[in-house]
Amino acid sequence: MALPALKILTANRLRTGDVLYWKAGLWTESLADADIFTDDTTAEAALAGAQGSVAANQVVTPYLFDVRQTKTGPVPVKEREIIRSLGPSVRPDTGKQAAHVQV
Amino acid sequence: MYRYDEFDARFVAERTEQFRHQVERRLSGALTEDQFKPLRLMNGLYLQLHAYMLRVAIPYGTLSSRQLRKLAHIARKYDKGFGHFTTRTNIQYNWIKLVDVPDILAELAEVEMHCIQTSGNCIRNVTADQFAGATPEEIEDPRPLAEIIRQWSSLHPEFVFLARKFKIAVGASPHDRAALLYHDMAVEIVRNDEGRTGYKVLAGGGMGRTPYIAQVMSDFVEREDILAYLEAVLRVYNQDSRRDNIHKQRIKILVNAIGVEEMRTRIAHEFDEIKRLGSLQLPAEELARITAYFAPPAFEPLADAMPSGSADFENWKKSNIHAHRAPGYAIATISLKTIGQVPGDASADQMDALADLMDEFAIPEIRVSHEQNLVLPHVRRKDLPAIFARLQELDLAAPNAGLITDIIACPGLDYCDLANARSIPVAQDIAKRFADLKRQQDIGELKIKISGCINACGHHHAGHIGILGVDKKGVEFYQLLLGGSGAEDASIGQIMGPGFATHEIADAVERVVGLYLKERASGERFLDTYRRLGMEPFKNIAYQEQMDAAYNG
Repeated sequence: MALPALKILTANRLRTGDVLYWKAGLWTESLADADIFTDDTTAEAALAGAQGSVAANQVVTPYLFDVRQTKTGPVPVKEREIIRSLGPSVRPDTGKQAAHVQV
Repeated sequence: MYRYDEFDARFVAERTEQFRHQVERRLSGALTEDQFKPLRLMNGLYLQLHAYMLRVAIPYGTLSSRQLRKLAHIARKYDKGFGHFTTRTNIQYNWIKLVDVPDILAELAEVEMHCIQTSGNCIRNVTADQFAGATPEEIEDPRPLAEIIRQWSSLHPEFVFLARKFKIAVGASPHDRAALLYHDMAVEIVRNDEGRTGYKVLAGGGMGRTPYIAQVMSDFVEREDILAYLEAVLRVYNQDSRRDNIHKQRIKILVNAIGVEEMRTRIAHEFDEIKRLGSLQLPAEELARITAYFAPPAFEPLADAMPSGSADFENWKKSNIHAHRAPGYAIATISLKTIGQVPGDASADQMDALADLMDEFAIPEIRVSHEQNLVLPHVRRKDLPAIFARLQELDLAAPNAGLITDIIACPGLDYCDLANARSIPVAQDIAKRFADLKRQQDIGELKIKISGCINACGHHHAGHIGILGVDKKGVEFYQLLLGGSGAEDASIGQIMGPGFATHEIADAVERVVGLYLKERASGERFLDTYRRLGMEPFKNIAYQEQMDAAYNG
């Protein structure tokens, strides 16, 4: 039997376009810190709650995406969200991944 | 090159202030995102995967050293120190903050640049042959007409809200370097039997989900009638195109739905109506005024001898130097495809250094090509060794223009919100695979073009070898297409079959190229051999690895 899909809520910051993740009613820039929803009801409730941030002109286009849990934390199922969470795969010196790059 | 007049300067300044207020209203909440989105798109501002992306128009790909320095400054101050030159000969910045955009637009206006109509359902940046004004092949420089079209189409009240975007290119050479036949509308400068110069107009070409080659709407339009004719084409498109289905809204769909004869009839009717009103003539003196801006530099009387140098210099000359109209001069292509680099990317330091090089060697302009390279159009041959040495220092001396590693690649899933798969790493893998220069030279002209989605910003339909990234349940796969061409022998690449996994695609390309080398007749390019043999042998060899795995476990 397939396990229920885990979900994370994301959006972009209006002023800068930065990728954000939902955490306890606020937003964080780190995927590892994001709330992970284990059921659709909770996920949809968070998405509805995020509309408050949209109305307050803090974020744009919030949506849910699938993740799987690993020993090191949540990993997006789709390549698109992996790249959003890290940065361009061809420029490790840019994006969120840049913090971990030795220059 | 063209300089803004008082009207241009005021128009761009007003538009910049207008957008500043629109951004303020968006940030304050006076505008919703739905209200703001079409406004920002009309100013070239997208929201992509990681940040906002700002696309700056480079009309017909022509830049002065002053403008190039400003682009470097913007990359350094507002982005992450680099920019990406696109297949529409624009530059994109990938890490822009919305709050900075009004200041960026103001800085661009200082050097007569803007982002207007680089997005949205309007007439986009007009492109032209990157060798314009320098090649001995052309009838005349196509850029004066491109500039006139730019002025005519900028905020044209009738064509600001078209059904879809609309792309125009202008050429004047028998050798099409601007992919004219893949444009919504293209103008080719021609001479008729009486020796008079005028314009051949084509329409209905395009890439994307449904690729078509443009068809001739008129073999010869008189000079003074060209804007009336272009307006007639746009008017038919605007009135008759579908607006109920985003995939069927381009002019190519209209032309092929009603047929080319009916399209010509409708255009002729509109053209007659515009002519009858007499409101849209192009006066000879206005054409002459604009043409004067594009007068070539005063060429020095120079010996025609081509300097010799190291093996590296000779290899660069072989691929990257083209004949110039003036004795003692050459056209130099600066490849932005150094092996392993991101196709089309240039750092702020590289842009600044190129601007310095232009000033030092009295090269008034630099051009952006749709193949994502830069071109120095007027170089004294005697300066070539020194320029090459400088390019080597800048890591911009790859001797591969037109060869298999001169790959077009869209930003793909590394940056683009629309993409299904990454393009850049595939281009890098293939370039590394064919890095050996002798092997590249043996293969000869072979154009690989890679798109990360069906929108085809990477021109995959027009690649001798095209690659299209697709998404299969969240995993990247790559379809191979063979036989496309964006040149004067334009053709649409045919899809080979099922997609290849990321780790398989470079191998498949290598097998296809290997078969070409084995089967080619004397003097045949890859494209010629493909056209002679057809898809079957290439398909058999490309899937050989998969077949072996299936049968041998």
